Amino acid sequence: MSRYMLLVYQQEVDPAEQAEREAELPMLLEFHRSLREAGLLVGVGRLRSTESATSVRVRDRETEITDGPFAVTKEVLVGYYILECADLDEALKQAARFPDARHGTVEVRPVMPPDEWVNRARDAGADLPDEAVKDLA
Amino acid sequence: MSGAVNPADPVSTAVARAFRDERAIVLATLIRQAGDFQLAEDAVQDAFEAAVTAWRRDGVPANPGAWITTAARRRAIDRLRRDRSVRDRAERLAELTRLDTQHEEEPSMGDESAIVDDRLRLIFTCCHPALSQPARVALTLRTLGGLSTGEIARAFLVAEPTMGKRIVRAKRKIADANIPYRVPADEELPDRLRGVLRVVYLIFNEGYAATEGDRLVRGELCDEAIRLGELLCRLMPDDAEVWGLAALMLLHDARRAARVDPSGRWVALDAQDRSLWDQDRIADGLARLERAMRLRRPGEYQLQAAITALQIQAPDPDATDWAQIAELYGALARLNPSPVVELNRAVAVGLADGPAAGLALLEPLLGDPALASYQPLHAAHAELLSRAGDATAAAGAYERAIALSANDVERAELERRLGALR
Repeated sequence: MSRYMLLVYQQEVDPAEQAEREAELPMLLEFHRSLREAGLLVGVGRLRSTESATSVRVRDRETEITDGPFAVTKEVLVGYYILECADLDEALKQAARFPDARHGTVEVRPVMPPDEWVNRARDAGADLPDEAVKDLA
Repeated sequence: MSGAVNPADPVSTAVARAFRDERAIVLATLIRQAGDFQLAEDAVQDAFEAAVTAWRRDGVPANPGAWITTAARRRAIDRLRRDRSVRDRAERLAELTRLDTQHEEEPSMGDESAIVDDRLRLIFTCCHPALSQPARVALTLRTLGGLSTGEIARAFLVAEPTMGKRIVRAKRKIADANIPYRVPADEELPDRLRGVLRVVYLIFNEGYAATEGDRLVRGELCDEAIRLGELLCRLMPDDAEVWGLAALMLLHDARRAARVDPSGRWVALDAQDRSLWDQDRIADGLARLERAMRLRRPGEYQLQAAITALQIQAPDPDATDWAQIAELYGALARLNPSPVVELNRAVAVGLADGPAAGLALLEPLLGDPALASYQPLHAAHAELLSRAGDATAAAGAYERAIALSANDVERAELERRLGALR
């Protein structure tokens, strides 16, 4: 067996179009269920918009914190970590400890909690049972 | 809110006074209790709107701040019941409801240290490094200063919707990224406090240095920055740079009226009418500088304030102690090296030890391609060459400075000096 990471890319769209996408959550849950039944799903997470991103670099031992996602096109995604932190300060502190922060960038993006994901779909009109939250964890 | 005050109407005057004196305090506490910036701000706004009607009907309450606190908390409870997106909503609701039922022993008005802590939390959150610098400035002015989005937009020459989006986005990032609402831990505090002071000084400079835009609103930025500086002195009295920054801003601002003549022309320091200087501000600034220096932790704001103090305290421009000023610029350059500081040091040395010594220090700066189009460098070069008696070279340097000047008032002054050479 080998592990693979599936990275999902999308254009950020206006609220009306986004609501249509939120309402499709039942289809996504069906997809998760089939992956789980086949024993393939290791983990899933939804990232908040790039507007909530913060980039961390360490240069000359100084931590540089910038608002926004990473923007240097020559850098490519080489790995991922999911950390459970009390707040952003803790996440930024750990990001700055990452050895590669000295020559690359660590983008810190908040993961949306499953219950908020479900609530958004409900607000957009999707009919979902409470157990749906568990399928997104 | 601040615009529509009718001085003859006691209710609108009372609401305006409560808005000015209590809003930031009430907001700072409610953000902590409700756990959401936007929700707390909306609730406080609702409370002030409700006050206009209620106070007109029932009379102005004995303690307007406590009235606003209670009203804002109830509005926050209503809003939390409707808004499912707030983090830890159930806990927040329980806490706010508990506070609402025991409001007889209202702690927020009496407990000074709780108020201080909440205001510090608010300042450090508004100036958090994960927000962009323009967002920090806008959010600080909006939440701590109580300026309207329109006023901030006009001060920064930005369209109001653009400024509105910037502020909304900053508040959303605080919520979405879970930026903590707290005073940083001891090991992060020095760095984070420097960031806060930078934001306050940026606000001041935007008001002080600009020569375009709405002059009145610009002056308000200086006042607002000074108010924030004074607030920080009260909240963090053990930090020398906090006092240093307050001193620096007061000493600069004391000369505001003398910086422009009646025809709108910029007046250089040595030509200013000293009777126009604000003596109260100078005294306040000097006292704060002294307080800073007693803490024996030198820093860049204290050094800059000390330089300004020496310029102000000289009985006349010719008696200025340029040797000591040059020394202070040297200390500043060691602490925080920058071409601007080097340039000022060269000018001070030129005035203390003669133009040749100043020109020697300017040499490396003139050879730096990054500074080729830096107008003040060429203006200072011209001034030193002129003092050294080299009118031809001085004229060339003035012409370069004039070509680089983006500001009419400044260009007129440079042209006057060029003309005086001939």
